Amino acid sequence: MTRKKRRLYMLGLALLGLGSATALALTAFQDNIVFFYSPSQLQTQQVGDRNFRLGGLVEEGSVQKQPDGVTTAFRVTDTAHTVDVRYRGQLPDLFREGQGVVAEGRMTGGVFVAREVLAKHDENYMPPEVSEALKQAGVYKNPAESATKTAKKE
Amino acid sequence: MSEFLHMGGYAAYIWPAYGIATLVLLGLLVATWKGLRNAEATLKALESARPARRRTRNAGRKMADQSAGRPAEASEG
Amino acid sequence: MHRFANPARFLRLSALLLPWCAGATVILTILGLWFSLFSSPPDYQQGETVRIMYIHVPAAWMSLFVYTNMAIAAACGLVWKHPLADLFAKAAAPIGAGFTFVCLVTGSLWGAPMWGTWWVWDARLTSVLILFFLYLGYMALVNAFDDPQRGMKAGNVLLLVGIVNVPIIKFSVDWWNTLHQPASVVRMGGPSIDPSMLTPLLVMAGAFTAYFLSVVLLRVRTEIAQRKIQTLRLAVAGGVAGDGTVHDGMRG
Repeated sequence: MTRKKRRLYMLGLALLGLGSATALALTAFQDNIVFFYSPSQLQTQQVGDRNFRLGGLVEEGSVQKQPDGVTTAFRVTDTAHTVDVRYRGQLPDLFREGQGVVAEGRMTGGVFVAREVLAKHDENYMPPEVSEALKQAGVYKNPAESATKTAKKE
Repeated sequence: MSEFLHMGGYAAYIWPAYGIATLVLLGLLVATWKGLRNAEATLKALESARPARRRTRNAGRKMADQSAGRPAEASEG
Repeated sequence: MHRFANPARFLRLSALLLPWCAGATVILTILGLWFSLFSSPPDYQQGETVRIMYIHVPAAWMSLFVYTNMAIAAACGLVWKHPLADLFAKAAAPIGAGFTFVCLVTGSLWGAPMWGTWWVWDARLTSVLILFFLYLGYMALVNAFDDPQRGMKAGNVLLLVGIVNVPIIKFSVDWWNTLHQPASVVRMGGPSIDPSMLTPLLVMAGAFTAYFLSVVLLRVRTEIAQRKIQTLRLAVAGGVAGDGTVHDGMRG
């Protein structure tokens, strides 16, 4: 019986140590685990002239196809700050104004030139009729707003 | 029907997703079933090749330890 | 003595449970497929691709559920030396790996049209990939030793070390900026999924759980049979050497 108890205590201690070690490691690597920076984080973080990811919402009314037909210009916002983005290439199906987006690229003369644009969707799932009904009832939660909430939290 | 198969233009993503799930889960089930039948057949063959003489003693705690009674038998015999 | 009685009791119990689990798997799968393919609406943003969710999300839940159960079994195996716990962990591993694989592949098939990429190295996707490797590593480790008891012991330790990954997977979308969206079903304030989409999701989750129970019962039976085969073979080969009591001595 005592051997079993000792094994149990050893196991508990080992798990406790493992847990705290992991927590410490994750805290230490916090910055590297971050998949993207928000426009507000860009104000304080020094990113310099290197590739990084920019995440936020595509600002309503900001998407413009350029005359060349393959370049798109839009603004990424987290409601506090915005960044101008330019991207040449095919956009994902979920890319639309007011939706979340993650772009990889670098700052070139105050404009973020993206090499890749990924769409980030929110956690809300509903049929189109329901979203219509919610809009009409005036209680529609814009995906932009709920996504902003998550963006702000970070 | 063809509209259903078309899946709003996303057929190339939706059907493979369902197909792979079916394949993995059914494959695992078949492999498990075959493994069980094999193991039980082997066990039966081994047991009939070496019949336990004193089954009554083991009846209550039969399964994993069927052989546990045997060394005792061996040393007795 | 209790541990000698247990495999026998398990075999009786599993014979009783198996028909129910198998029946539930068949019924829930048919029901779930009907809900997820026919009787549910497309999403207002993602259109028909939302149907991938009914496979992807239950598979992801199962990958965590199975691993957690294996880790609990590993703790029981290490502390109380319960042979059935070892066998359960070993039997469940391929099923958990299968679910994780399905989760990864369906997620990729969903991400390609919606996100615009098959794969990204964000915290959620990376931690699930690590889970998949943990399953594979455990399966390799358990079979890597000549003495199955030592293999089980090493495997149990790996399972317990890997348990830190489970909360990381669950909360990765809250702790860090990821491409993956936050939780929809298990979260504060209730699910953010319309009931018409929650139904197929939960029915499919039920089907996967019933499938897991059915297959794991079959696999534990296989493991018990194989354990007996091994004991018999050792007994034949070594006369008196290879039997259950000797194994117990080696495990201490």
